Amino acid sequence: MNFDQLSALRPDLAFIAHWVGKGTRVLDVGCGNGVMLDYLQSEQRCTGYGIEIDDDKIPECIARGVSVIQQDIEAGLAMFRDDAFDTVLCLSALQMVKNVEGILQEIARVGREAIVSFPNFAYWPHRVALLGGRMPVSKSLPYQWYDTPNLRCATIEDFSELAREVGLEVLECIALQDGKPVSFLPNWRGSLAVFRLRKKTA
Amino acid sequence: MKSLGIVTPQSMHFAEPLQLQSGASIAGYHLVYETYGTLNADRSNAVLICHALNASHHVAGIHVDEATGKKNVGWWDNMVGPGKPVDTDRFFVIGVNNLGSCFGSTGPMHTNPATGKPYGADFPVVTVEDWVHAQARLADALGIEQFAAVMGGSLGGMQALSWSMMYPSRLRHCVVIASTPKLSAQNIAFNDVARQAILSDPDFHGGHFYEHGVVPKNGLRVARMVGHITYLSDDDMAEKFGRDLRNGSYQFGFGIDFEIESYLRYQGDKFSEYFDANTYLLITKALDYFDPAKEYGGDLAAALSNTQAQFLLASFTTDWRFSPARSREIVEALICNRRRVTYAEIDAPHGHDAFLLEDPRYLNVVRTYYDRIAGEIGSKSDLRRAA
Repeated sequence: MNFDQLSALRPDLAFIAHWVGKGTRVLDVGCGNGVMLDYLQSEQRCTGYGIEIDDDKIPECIARGVSVIQQDIEAGLAMFRDDAFDTVLCLSALQMVKNVEGILQEIARVGREAIVSFPNFAYWPHRVALLGGRMPVSKSLPYQWYDTPNLRCATIEDFSELAREVGLEVLECIALQDGKPVSFLPNWRGSLAVFRLRKKTA
Repeated sequence: MKSLGIVTPQSMHFAEPLQLQSGASIAGYHLVYETYGTLNADRSNAVLICHALNASHHVAGIHVDEATGKKNVGWWDNMVGPGKPVDTDRFFVIGVNNLGSCFGSTGPMHTNPATGKPYGADFPVVTVEDWVHAQARLADALGIEQFAAVMGGSLGGMQALSWSMMYPSRLRHCVVIASTPKLSAQNIAFNDVARQAILSDPDFHGGHFYEHGVVPKNGLRVARMVGHITYLSDDDMAEKFGRDLRNGSYQFGFGIDFEIESYLRYQGDKFSEYFDANTYLLITKALDYFDPAKEYGGDLAAALSNTQAQFLLASFTTDWRFSPARSREIVEALICNRRRVTYAEIDAPHGHDAFLLEDPRYLNVVRTYYDRIAGEIGSKSDLRRAA
């Protein structure tokens, strides 16, 4: 998987990949079909593991040569030791998790840095939908309220607060729209929130 | 799906004594094995399949029993064969029968050269590591320096795992299914109940029953019944048998009331017809003794630190004999050593037995993994051709 292929498939991941250092150790929490690790391994010489629960995604990861561990991330990251990774990725997965705070703490424990992305609930079409009295349904939140896998709705502002509470320092916070960063009114105009975080050292 | 059709076992004699972990040695033994597919020119596509407690070298295809004419399908025929997950059109697959078994390789029913009588109880206790040493000699004889993969389920998985520690450079991939890094007290307890059933059978004669012309059938039968319970899940038993009655009502006696009793007795009877009591004792001991972390103060990560292979592990959620937690211990120790490891936890209802059964998710994981191995080997040979 090269950069152009990744950009075509997942522009958000292509943007985020710039933040991952070459040759670093990476854990991808909720790695899906493994495209990100596939790219990072083949083009950036990164090594590491993906964690995924979905049966259908496991063979896809295997086919890509990704070392995937099938487990529910709600169960924590007990398999991994403190500071085992340079970067822990949790991309478009956190909103599906019940124990968000617990997972964030685990991410902070096993990684030096973390990159977390999630759909920004404060994206303006979502606000408009709510003003019209309806739950938002959009490209970034494509589900009806009654069948969504997304358990948690958060905005960029909300997440910053929680990150700080679990001992993570926000290094960068970007809002992406169609894989491109939004600089003007990001909490309105960006549908995907992306945070680069670092463990606060005492 | 295509099958390998009729397959024929082969036998190889080894004159050089094999030093065993116990301190004993076996002088002059033979190993029975089957092979499927074709070894490629650079000898890089060999896969070794290690068998579990009651299985043998007959992994796939159909074997016709000379005496009875009965056709037996290999124990992993759904896994190994042309177009199957371990595809014999691409891989050269070897199934080998372990020492001490009762399916052809030197075992307790064979003649002890020291006495001229069957070994019986005098057959030395063999360990998983001893088996792996013997398998490595077979690999030497077949000219296989490095396996594309060594693979096994349950006790077979322990052998695959041992390969990765004992001969790190001789396997590219290690595939460990429904296995464990060591038996729990509960596992050992079940094994000992099985052994006691055999040892206390009056027909056992201290292991020398061959010369009395009898077989400790009752002991074997109970041993199998106990073992079989641990292979199935509670849910699976409930689903298959529940409290169903054989004759519709209670019999108020000690015959067969429930279907589960009928099933287990049938399994026990069948097993006692073909399995050897001494072999059962030996193999359960090999299971009990397996604990590669022991000499590292219980540190499994340290035990696995010299491995070089890539790993695939799979477990089944309802397996309470070797539960997913046991596989995860291995995965964790491998992660600690930064090994490439893939782990699939299959949500299957069939307990420990699931590793032998059809489950599309499970078979697809193995298939995809072997596709990847085939890709690696293929590109390696291509490179050689180009060079």
